[in-house]
Amino acid sequence: MDDLLLDFLTESTDNLAKLDNDIVALERRPEDVALLNSIFRTIHTIKGTCGFIGLTRLESVAHAAENVLDSLRGGALTVRSDLMDDVLAAVDVIKEILAHLEEHQVEPEGDDFAVIHRLERWMSDAAPEAPEAHQAPVAPVAAVAAVTPAATRAEVRVESPIAVVAESAAPTEARAQLSDSTLRVGVGLLDQLMNLVGELALGRNQLIQLAAAHEESEFAKPVQQLNRVTTDLLEAVMKTRMQPIGNAWTKLPRLVRDLSHSSGKQIALTMNGAETELDRQVLQAITDPLTHMIRNSADHGIESPAVRRAAGKPELGTVTLSARHEGGHVVIEIADDGAGISAAKVRRKAIERGLVKTAEADAMPDAQIFRFIFEPGFSTAEKVTNVSGRGVGMDVVRSNIEAIGGTAELSSVEGRGTSIKVKIPLTLAIISALLVGTAGETFAVPQIGVVELVRVTSEQSHLIEDVHGAQALRLRDALLPLVHLHRLLGLEARESASVSIVVCQVGESRFGLVVDEVFDTQEIVVKPVGRLVKHLQAYAGCTITGDGRVIMILDASGIASMGHMAEAAAREAQAAEARRALSAGQVDQTIESVLLFDAGHAALQAVPLSLVARLEEFPQSMIEEADGHYLVQYRGALIPVLAAYPGLDMRAKDPRPVIVFSDRDRTMGVAVDEIRDIVETHVHLERSANRPGVLGVAVIAERATEVIDTNHYLRLAHGDWFSRREGEGAEGKRVLLVDDSRFFLGLLTPVLRAHGYRVVTALDGTEALDRLERGETFDLVLSDIDMAKMNGLELAKAIRANPSWAHLTLVALTARDSQEDRVRGMAAGFDHYLAKHDRDAVLATMQRVLTAEKVVA
Amino acid sequence: MNLAPASVSTLGATSEYVTFRLADQWLGIPVLIVQEVLVAQRIARVPMAPPSIAGFLNLRGQIVTAVDLRTTLGLMERAPDEDFMNVVVRQDTELFSFMVDEVGDVVSVADAAVEPPLSTLDARWRAACTGIVRRDRGLLVIASVTDLLRLDHAAA
Repeated sequence: MDDLLLDFLTESTDNLAKLDNDIVALERRPEDVALLNSIFRTIHTIKGTCGFIGLTRLESVAHAAENVLDSLRGGALTVRSDLMDDVLAAVDVIKEILAHLEEHQVEPEGDDFAVIHRLERWMSDAAPEAPEAHQAPVAPVAAVAAVTPAATRAEVRVESPIAVVAESAAPTEARAQLSDSTLRVGVGLLDQLMNLVGELALGRNQLIQLAAAHEESEFAKPVQQLNRVTTDLLEAVMKTRMQPIGNAWTKLPRLVRDLSHSSGKQIALTMNGAETELDRQVLQAITDPLTHMIRNSADHGIESPAVRRAAGKPELGTVTLSARHEGGHVVIEIADDGAGISAAKVRRKAIERGLVKTAEADAMPDAQIFRFIFEPGFSTAEKVTNVSGRGVGMDVVRSNIEAIGGTAELSSVEGRGTSIKVKIPLTLAIISALLVGTAGETFAVPQIGVVELVRVTSEQSHLIEDVHGAQALRLRDALLPLVHLHRLLGLEARESASVSIVVCQVGESRFGLVVDEVFDTQEIVVKPVGRLVKHLQAYAGCTITGDGRVIMILDASGIASMGHMAEAAAREAQAAEARRALSAGQVDQTIESVLLFDAGHAALQAVPLSLVARLEEFPQSMIEEADGHYLVQYRGALIPVLAAYPGLDMRAKDPRPVIVFSDRDRTMGVAVDEIRDIVETHVHLERSANRPGVLGVAVIAERATEVIDTNHYLRLAHGDWFSRREGEGAEGKRVLLVDDSRFFLGLLTPVLRAHGYRVVTALDGTEALDRLERGETFDLVLSDIDMAKMNGLELAKAIRANPSWAHLTLVALTARDSQEDRVRGMAAGFDHYLAKHDRDAVLATMQRVLTAEKVVA
Repeated sequence: MNLAPASVSTLGATSEYVTFRLADQWLGIPVLIVQEVLVAQRIARVPMAPPSIAGFLNLRGQIVTAVDLRTTLGLMERAPDEDFMNVVVRQDTELFSFMVDEVGDVVSVADAAVEPPLSTLDARWRAACTGIVRRDRGLLVIASVTDLLRLDHAAA
């Protein structure tokens, strides 16, 4: 591109970026002559230059705009919003032409008659239209401006309102100085500088290591000196990449102005902390999400003037944007004083969408409820948009912010307004990272995602629990899912006496990254990975360590999503294993995971793990006593805690281990002496117990173990828990559960038994049919559809073909839940067709059909 | 391509190639694209990377992706202790290092002496080969760096 044109483009683009805001400001302060002059000069310069280099189209638009601005300066016209609309339209056309010029080096085809005509109309109509009564406030100042020739007025005007002058004069002065003391430097050069300094820092690190080995060396002093200078240099170069966040805000006043005009609302945008600096890379990443959130606030947050008046608020709504430094981060807040969001409605919607269970949602504080607004699909739901007043795409906003290691948090008070707090790192180029080692390799984990470090020695390995093939760490009050880094990356494991767990936070979820050792934290220079390995989501980049090695920087969010896949794969593998075991003929053993614990008796106690919601250790300070009952504040609700046996002294242990059970919307805890283990075993009740609360005794892990009856405790805790069920008398019904997944049988059988059903299992259609033919009687058959030997459809047809089994209720349980599958299932003879993993629906349906039958009978 | 007879070709334009050996085969890549040749370097492994990506090496502070051409071109895998050399090439703004068995001379070849690739070549070789040159010591396969890297990209 021609140098002259290039210079013109760079200069004009810079000036135009300012222009929008200047014009919007002028609308608010029509008396600000310096501002008007500055706007006029910008347009005038563009016009002058493009005449000089032969850009005729641009020249004619700029000329028309210049004329109007000149009349404003001369007082023949006054500042009013419809006139400014036309000036802004001309600025838009100028921008378009410039953008085209930048790309193609020539002006685009076309004419700007419409825009020019609108501007010229003001010139010819100027006399009749201008002196309107309601424009009065503008007139006197304009008149003052009219008598004073344009160029020399700055000093004269200093006497006018101080606030205005202070605001407008300062930038003018600063600009004059800036032009002498600043240089335009290409971003490419800055990036290169950054790289070189990074490299220098690495060399410095190496030297320091060498010097440390020879303490008395004469190099020690110069190395010290080099160290200090390098650190300063690194900092200075980082600063060259810093830009004020205001650069990302330049388009916002115009955006809000246009929105308020088009929607008929009155909205003021207040911006604080525009001078807060951050790295240009971060700045670029944050610009779009910010624009989106401001648009949401103005568009959906602020109400119409009528509504605001009715609510007793000023008609003028305010959107406040502010930025400040906080530690190594920049905190940006977008707040409006609009309608706010109803937490209750969000809560309801979250439940409807299945994002959360009713009980959990009710227990959640509002702050947590508002997080659902960032869920994908949530904000796009039309209904929610209307009720909550939030537009689409908050999930995109969140993912953009998280991509640069930031967080977003929303709070709102219905009727008072909404505020979003965004926290982002200052820079992406140099980060603080934790160096970890696994399988002999070293990796860096960015500190921003690391919550804490936990070391687990081999003696403490019981803290790591295995739940259906996925591992979890019992950490204070929660189970933390674990991801083994060496497994995830396909590296060979090494024996080590202890493992370290790096607890990472990604969005709302946490997971523990299991590594062999944790070294130290370092400031590292992030370098991009090459394009051949860019597709690997485990890495955020790479870096070079002090000793010149290249190490990979792990990406916590990438690992989290890989971790989910890995867990799913592990579970799948386990299921496949189970299927293999089945086909090998070990069909009789129903394996269940059971939790073993001590509770005051000689025998170990056991409860099927599938009935356990969580394992907790409550400190004594949390356990409250009321009226002889013990209660604990748990996830926002008070839950009853019962003693596992009558003699248990609740206060004897601190913290007190508690097994938490929950069913539908009820939660309760059973206090025990100690949690022992989780084992996978075949549970066969040898004999029934004569003690209340115990189902029977089974041999588990070669010891006689009492299997407790959770119903007993649930009944004690919530007297009415089972009343409905008992009243309707579905227990004691015989259920034949048919599924070729031993895993699934293991999962559902204890649940059904716990609800009072007598369950017999079969591993495929033929076995089920055998049992029926042998004369075993059942009230209901629950069957899977996909099974190897005689599938569910064939089984249903076979049962329906025999009139003596006509009373049997057939319920299909399947993962295939399309309308077609449903129709096919019904045609084969099933009475009900349910999704496999919806436990509550299965129980409710069984309850309904079995009791209904009784009435008929 | 202009298939002029070889005898006339000596008068035509010539190109220079950096030659290197993989197992028994000599290959050449245009000299202009080669930045430098290095002896064996410490290469940091990248877990989960495609098999032909040996890892990253640190070239004076710049990250270079090391590609083992033996794997890329389907030759026998390199033993961990086997010696190698690095031919560092720049493509777009990124640096790559081809791990090869031996680096030979820079040779000057008349453009007209470059014959089209054999149609019987293995698919991977055919994809990267732009021509064949007959030499006293056997054939020299002229390869395109872009296509060599694309092979790895496809593998990835």
